[in-house]
Amino acid sequence: MVFFAKILKNEYRDSVFLMRINDQVERMPGIKRAAVMMGTEANKDLMKEAGLYIDQVKEAGPNDLVIVLDADDKGNAEVALNKAQELTFKIERETRSEEEPYRSLRSAAAFEPDIDLVLISTPGEYAYREAMRSLLLGKHVMIFSSNVPIEKEIQLKGFAENKNLLVMGPDAGTAIIGGVGLGFFNVVNEGPVGIVGAAGTGIQEVSSALGLSGTGISAAIGTGSNDITETIGGKTMLMGLNMLDQHDGTKTITIISKPPNKSVAEKVVQRAYKSKKPVILNFIGNEDFSPSGNVDFAFTLEEAASKSCIKATGKEMKLADWINPARLKEASDALRSEQGFVRGLFSGGTINYESQAIFKKEGRSVWSNSPLDKSKKIGGFDSSRDDTFIDMGSEEYVRGVPHPMIDFRFRKERILKEAQDPSVGVILLDIILGYGANMDPASEISDAVNRARAINKSVVFISSIIGTESDPQNINNQVKTLLEAGVFVTPTSARAANMALKVVDRRWKA
Amino acid sequence: MSSSIVGKKIKVASVGLDSFFNDLKKEGANAVRIEWKPPAGGAPAALKALEELETEEVDQANSKAMAAIFSAEPKLVGMAIAKDVIPELKGMSLSHAGPPIRWERMSGPMKGAVIGAAIYEGWIKNETEINELINREQIRFMTDHDVSAVGPMAGVISPNMPVFIVQNETTGNRAYTNFNEGVGKVLRYGAYGKEVIDRLNWMKETLYPMLNESISKMGPLGLKPIMSQSLQMGDELHTRNVASTLLFIKEITPYMAGSGFTSSQLSQAISFMGGNNLFFLNIAMAAGKVTMDSASGINKSTIVTALTRNGTDFGIKISGLGKEWFTAPAPVPKTLFFPGFKEGDANPDIGDSAIMETNGFGAFSSAASPAVTQVVGSSVSEAIRVTRRMYEITAARDKSFPIPMLNFEGIPRGIDLRLVVETSISPTINTGVAHRLPGMGTVGFGIVDAPLGAFDKALQRFEQNV
Repeated sequence: MVFFAKILKNEYRDSVFLMRINDQVERMPGIKRAAVMMGTEANKDLMKEAGLYIDQVKEAGPNDLVIVLDADDKGNAEVALNKAQELTFKIERETRSEEEPYRSLRSAAAFEPDIDLVLISTPGEYAYREAMRSLLLGKHVMIFSSNVPIEKEIQLKGFAENKNLLVMGPDAGTAIIGGVGLGFFNVVNEGPVGIVGAAGTGIQEVSSALGLSGTGISAAIGTGSNDITETIGGKTMLMGLNMLDQHDGTKTITIISKPPNKSVAEKVVQRAYKSKKPVILNFIGNEDFSPSGNVDFAFTLEEAASKSCIKATGKEMKLADWINPARLKEASDALRSEQGFVRGLFSGGTINYESQAIFKKEGRSVWSNSPLDKSKKIGGFDSSRDDTFIDMGSEEYVRGVPHPMIDFRFRKERILKEAQDPSVGVILLDIILGYGANMDPASEISDAVNRARAINKSVVFISSIIGTESDPQNINNQVKTLLEAGVFVTPTSARAANMALKVVDRRWKA
Repeated sequence: MSSSIVGKKIKVASVGLDSFFNDLKKEGANAVRIEWKPPAGGAPAALKALEELETEEVDQANSKAMAAIFSAEPKLVGMAIAKDVIPELKGMSLSHAGPPIRWERMSGPMKGAVIGAAIYEGWIKNETEINELINREQIRFMTDHDVSAVGPMAGVISPNMPVFIVQNETTGNRAYTNFNEGVGKVLRYGAYGKEVIDRLNWMKETLYPMLNESISKMGPLGLKPIMSQSLQMGDELHTRNVASTLLFIKEITPYMAGSGFTSSQLSQAISFMGGNNLFFLNIAMAAGKVTMDSASGINKSTIVTALTRNGTDFGIKISGLGKEWFTAPAPVPKTLFFPGFKEGDANPDIGDSAIMETNGFGAFSSAASPAVTQVVGSSVSEAIRVTRRMYEITAARDKSFPIPMLNFEGIPRGIDLRLVVETSISPTINTGVAHRLPGMGTVGFGIVDAPLGAFDKALQRFEQNV
C-alpha cells in the first residue's frame, strides 16, 4: 500500500461533482481506493474511517480540495493524480441533444394546446383509447386505423356528438381540412365545394376532378365506412353536413357514399333538404331518389363532381382527356372475336363498386370479391371468369402487405395472369396519386403492360388516373408515361368503365 | 365547446405511423409527432384497464386532485414531541419509512434505526437486547405515511423524538417530520452508535427547545416561497438542499438570537444547521406530505399520492384507491459511492423522501439543479432529459416553481398512474443510499427508477373496483 496525496488550495467544488471524479479515479489501473473531497472536518472523518487520512491531509482546510490515493505504485498514482486534477478543471460542455419526443397525446396537448385534430393510425385495437383521449382533451379526431370494434365506434361518436367534436373514421382514409390533407389525399386548391364522404377513393376522385378543373374544395370530411350503417346512423356524415352548411366559404355540398342503410339514407336526404346550400348526393350507382329543391343526385363520382361544379360556380366542369379516338378504334378493331370480357383490377374499393354499377346498368353483371350482386361473389385469389373486377385493397390482399395504392406487386402479377386468358379484351385499371400513394405508379403499370403485351398483343389497357398537377407525382408526368406504354388514360373512373364497355361491346353483343 | 374546424388552418397531432407525420411536414402543415408504442408494452390486461380509465370521470377527478395540489399552502407552524401530536405513537411504538413491514423482512439499515430508536427511548441498552423485544412482540410498528408523518431513509420516529409540524393552510391538514441529522453515521441510515444517540439527545435537549420557541415567535413560515426560491438557486430539494437550508436559517436566526439561549448553545445550533446541507429536506418532505394528503381519497383519481420505500419494498398510494398500499421489491439505486464504499454495500432503496418526487421535486426537477446532474448522469443535458421525461407521466406543470434552465417552465407535478403504465416510464428518484448492514450509515448518493410492478398492481385494483 502506497499513499499519495495532493492538496489544491482554495479550489471549491461541489461534493457531488467531486464524487464523480472520485469514482472515475478509483476505476483507473493500479488504484485501490481514492478520496477526492473538500477538506472539511466531516470529510476528514470519512477519510479516517476509510483509512485514507494521511499526514499531508491534515493541513487541508474546508476550502481546499484534497486528493488521496491508495495505489500500487508511484507511476500509477501520478497518472491518476493528474487525471483527477484534469477532471477538476474540465468544464463539461452541454451536449445538445434532440428534445425528448412526446410519448403521449396528454403531454403534447399540455405543451401545445393549439392542437386542433389528432390523426390516429395505430393498430385498430389501440385506436379507441387514443381517440377517446383526444376527445377528452377537446380535439377533433381522424381515425385512419381499421378493425376498431363497432361498439367502440358507437361510444366514440356518441361522446363526440355531445361535445360537438368531429370523429372521422375509424377506417377513414382521406380528409382535407383547412387545406391540410390527412391520410391519403390529393393536393387540391381551395374552392367552393365541400365534400363529405364515406368512401376514401371516392373523395379522392371527386376532389381531384374539382382540383384538375380549377374549381377547388373547401373541405373534405371522411366519415369512415361504418358511419352509414344503421348502428352508427350516419352521425359523422350528418355532423359534417352541418359544419359545411354553416361554413361561409362552402357554396355547394357534395356527399359521397356507397348506398347507405335505408334509414340512414333517409336521414341524410332529409337533412340535405333543409340545407341552405345546394347539396349533390352521390350514393354510388343508386337511383332511388329524385331531385328536389336544393338537392340533386349523381350516379357516378364524375357526375357528382360535375354537378357540384356547376352549382358552385355556374360553369361546366372541364376535365382534360387524353384519349386519341382513332387509336382507340384501332385497338378495339384489332381485338379477336372471342375477346369480349373485361377484367378490372382496382386499388380503390369505391371505384370497383362504381365500375360494377356502370356495367350492371348495361346489363353486365360482374364477378367480384366485393360484388354488387351477392350471387356473383368469388374469392380474391380465385381465377377470373367472364367479366371480373377485383378489389385489390380488400382484406385478403392487404393482410401483412401494403395497400395496392403503394405496393403494385399483386396487381402486376394479376395483370400478367389476366393477359393470358384469350377471352379478355380489356384490362381496366385505376391509378391513384397523391400523398400516401406510390411515388411512380405509372412506371409500375407500364412495366406490367409491356410484359403483358409479350403474351397477348391485342389486349387493351384502360386506366383512370386520380390526382392533380400539385400531387407529389404530378399527374401530367404520370399520364405521359402511361400513354407511352399504350395505355388509354381517363381522368375519372366512370369514363374508364364506359370506355371499356364500348371497346368490348360489339364482341359481347355478337 | 369546440367549434367547427371546417375552413380552419388546423394543427395536427399524429399518433401512429411516422409516414403520416412526415407527409404532414412535407405538405407544410403545422404538425406534432407522438412517439407511439403499444401501451404497457402491449399487455392486453393493462390495455383493457387503461381503456376503462380513459373517461371524463377520471379526468375530472384528476383535475380535482391537481387543484388540491396547486392550491396547497404548506406552512411550518411549530414543533412538538412526537407522542403529543401523533396519537398512534403510544408506549412502545415506532413509525418507519415506506410501506408496512415486519421485523423479519426489514433491511439492515431499517433494523439499525429501530435499534437506535429503542436505545434512544431507553427500552434497551444495546443492540443485543432488541431480539427480546421483538420476540415478545413488544414494539408496535406502523408506517410514517399512515400517521401523517414522513422521514427520510429509515424514517424511524419514536414517541419522544421532536417533530416539526407543517400545516396546509388551505385545508388545515398537518404532517410531521423528524430532525435531519446530517450524513454519515446517523440513525436514519441505520447507525446506532454512541455518537448517534448523543446527537439525538442533543437535538431533543438543546436544538428542539430553541427552534420550538423561535418558530412560535416567528409565526407560521410559508414553505412554498423558500422551495421556489431554492429551486432557482440550484436545489432540486431532495439530494440537494443547500439553498433551502440557508434560506431557512436566514428566516429563523433572528428569532433564535432574540431568545434567552446562551451564545454557545446558539453557536452550536446554527453551525449544526448550517453544516448539514440536508437540514431543510425533512421540512420540505412534510410540505410534500400535507400537499399530497390533501389530494388523496378522491374517488377515481389516478394521481399518485405517495412513493416510498422501506429498504425492502417500494410502495405507492393512489388518490382514488385511498389508503391501500401497492408494492414491489425495492431496487438498489445506481450509486455514486463515498470513499471506502463500493458496489455491493448499497442497500435497496429506502425512505419516505421520494415524497419529494411525488410532489414534483427531486429528480423531477433535475433540470433546476446543475450540481445534482453529476449524480443523475454525466451532463446537464441528461438532467434536462430526466425532467422532460417526467413531463410525460405527470398531469400538469406548476409555474409557481419555475425551472430557469427550461425557460422558466414549471416543474412536472402530479404523477398519473395511467401515464406511467402506458408509457412504461418510471418515476425517477434521486436518493441517499444506506449501507446494507445495520450500524454502518451512508454509503453515497444515487438515482433509482420506481419499480413498474407497483403501478401495474394499482392499475389492476382500479379494474377490480369497476
